[in-house]
Amino acid sequence: MARLNLLLLAVLAACALSLVTSQHQARRFFGELEQEQERSRQLGVEYGQLQLEASTWAVHARVERIASRQLHMRVPEAKRLQIARPQEAAK
Amino acid sequence: MNFAASPVLELTLPVWRSRFLLYVFVAGFTLLLGRAVYLQGLNNDFLQAKGESRYSRVMEVPANRGRILDRNGEALAISTPVKSIWAIPGEAHPTKRQLARLASLLEMPTAEIEKRLVDPGRDFVYVKRQISPETAERVAGLHIPGLFQSREYRRYYPSGDVMAHVLGFTGADDIGQEGVELAFQERLAGKPGSRRVIKDRLGQTVEDVESIKAAQDGNDLTLALDARIQNLAFSQLKAAVMQQRAKAGGVVVLDVETGELLALANFPTYNPNNRSKLAGAQLRNRAVTDTFEPGSTLKPFTIALALEAGRVRPESVIQTAPGSLTIGGATIRDAHVERALTVAQVIQKSSNVGAAKIALGLSPESMWEMFRDVGFGSAPGLGFPGEAAGKVRPYRSWKPIEQATMSYGHGISVSLVQLARAYSVFARNGELVPLSLVRVDAPPVGRRVMAPKTAAAVRSMLEMAVNRNGTAPRAQIMGYRVAGKTGTAHKQENGAYAPDKYVSSFVGFAPASHPRLVVAVMIDEPSAGRYYGGVVAAPVFAQIMAGALRVLDVAPDGPMQPIELPPEGQEVKESV
Repeated sequence: MARLNLLLLAVLAACALSLVTSQHQARRFFGELEQEQERSRQLGVEYGQLQLEASTWAVHARVERIASRQLHMRVPEAKRLQIARPQEAAK
Repeated sequence: MNFAASPVLELTLPVWRSRFLLYVFVAGFTLLLGRAVYLQGLNNDFLQAKGESRYSRVMEVPANRGRILDRNGEALAISTPVKSIWAIPGEAHPTKRQLARLASLLEMPTAEIEKRLVDPGRDFVYVKRQISPETAERVAGLHIPGLFQSREYRRYYPSGDVMAHVLGFTGADDIGQEGVELAFQERLAGKPGSRRVIKDRLGQTVEDVESIKAAQDGNDLTLALDARIQNLAFSQLKAAVMQQRAKAGGVVVLDVETGELLALANFPTYNPNNRSKLAGAQLRNRAVTDTFEPGSTLKPFTIALALEAGRVRPESVIQTAPGSLTIGGATIRDAHVERALTVAQVIQKSSNVGAAKIALGLSPESMWEMFRDVGFGSAPGLGFPGEAAGKVRPYRSWKPIEQATMSYGHGISVSLVQLARAYSVFARNGELVPLSLVRVDAPPVGRRVMAPKTAAAVRSMLEMAVNRNGTAPRAQIMGYRVAGKTGTAHKQENGAYAPDKYVSSFVGFAPASHPRLVVAVMIDEPSAGRYYGGVVAAPVFAQIMAGALRVLDVAPDGPMQPIELPPEGQEVKESV
């Protein structure tokens, strides 16, 4: 009888300790999850900022200015245009 | 030994002393029991809450406002988090060095910050709102007691002034104040949530207890707007307003097939990212909220009605000589005296006398109905705040002279959006299409307001108005057939027509064989000497239309020949 009791006591102690460790682990994992979620929020914010930056660089007025001033691009003149019509190409 | 005989034991205590002790103990235990019942039973909720407040916190979960995108997914408005610095006046005592650093970080004068920090009348004061997260971090690094930060959102508009009027803007609390931001506030706004967590003594969250309210990010909104066409329209309009030294101007570009608003530009405008110096004139979304007397751009509707009623045919002859017509004491004049014109030529040469003569053969009621049918006198239903309905007076009050002037667009007021939409009737074979600010996936169902035959007849007349014998040869585009109509109207001032103030406009569509776009251009008070719609507004139309057709890859339907223009000043003058 005393032996059984001792055995049960040992089992109880083991259970209690494992409860403590698993609770500790749960909290640690939760902390990690929190951190990752925060990181994902941060990345979301950064994504928004990068999108904003991309839009700002790609503003049409700027693209047009660079095309015409730096790259000397222009719309071709009328007489240098030739239109290829699909039905003509098929003939 | 007889202990019993010990004299010590002879001593007996009085009974009351033991009784007394017993009562004291009983009373003590009763007290404890009562206290226990009070704490654990009666006062339990309060104490539980107190205890929980030591470790449990309700945290706000922020939600983003949705983005606004153009039809191709380009970002037009994005919210990103920023920080606001606030303080409790009287509790923030920065040292001299901290104050100097703070002032340079916030780019504010030291005196200004000091003034805010000692303001005795308030217990909360913003030192500076909406600063970048990086700056906020450096401010936090100064460790000034009594200085706090809170998270806010700021809306950025990468395209700046180009689409300011369409998008509108949000206030400091990220709530829409104008334009699309206001019109679609419900859809764009995020709903911040909250959750309960357990925090340890270091302030770190250790357990998620429950989610009280899930945060809901705002929905993204995809507009019908095409950023490329919008940019084109804005830059052409701006150049024209500057060149004509005009007071203002507006452009509307509609997709004929879907009724989508592809571009809407106004000038003057403003930069929504920096609204410190704003005047009312800059803020006005003229194309939508302002009405004007359209002038000759209304003639095609009068003609269409006459064709529909069978009163005239395109080749019927109207005598417009001697170039004036007197009705009830008032005289209508043509700028250019013609002789007998066909109905088609009345449009081509924009003869007021011709239009008035045709209108007088129609009943006021039918004219009124036609105006209402094409959308005048009722808000166009785009969903913008403050859409103007324009004014069409009830036909019972019309005098004959008024009916005659309305036939060429005077005594009636419309907004530019309404005008563009009304022209879609000709472009769509007689159907009026509902307009849309947001991208539509399925073409909407139009409402038939005239027979396809009538619309086609007017279309060919409008095409004549744009050729070299018409009023708007400058609206021609190489490679495409264009149809459209000029308008030049005196502006009303204090109830009378100002002799030297005009509104010049042009509304048209292309390609004429299978219309895809309607473009309406309005220039308000051009004062560089020229004011005819065919000279002021038509070239703007041509530039925008040509660019937009190229952007949308619309197949050309006209000859690829350079456009012939009559010499400057020799084009057919329309009647004002």
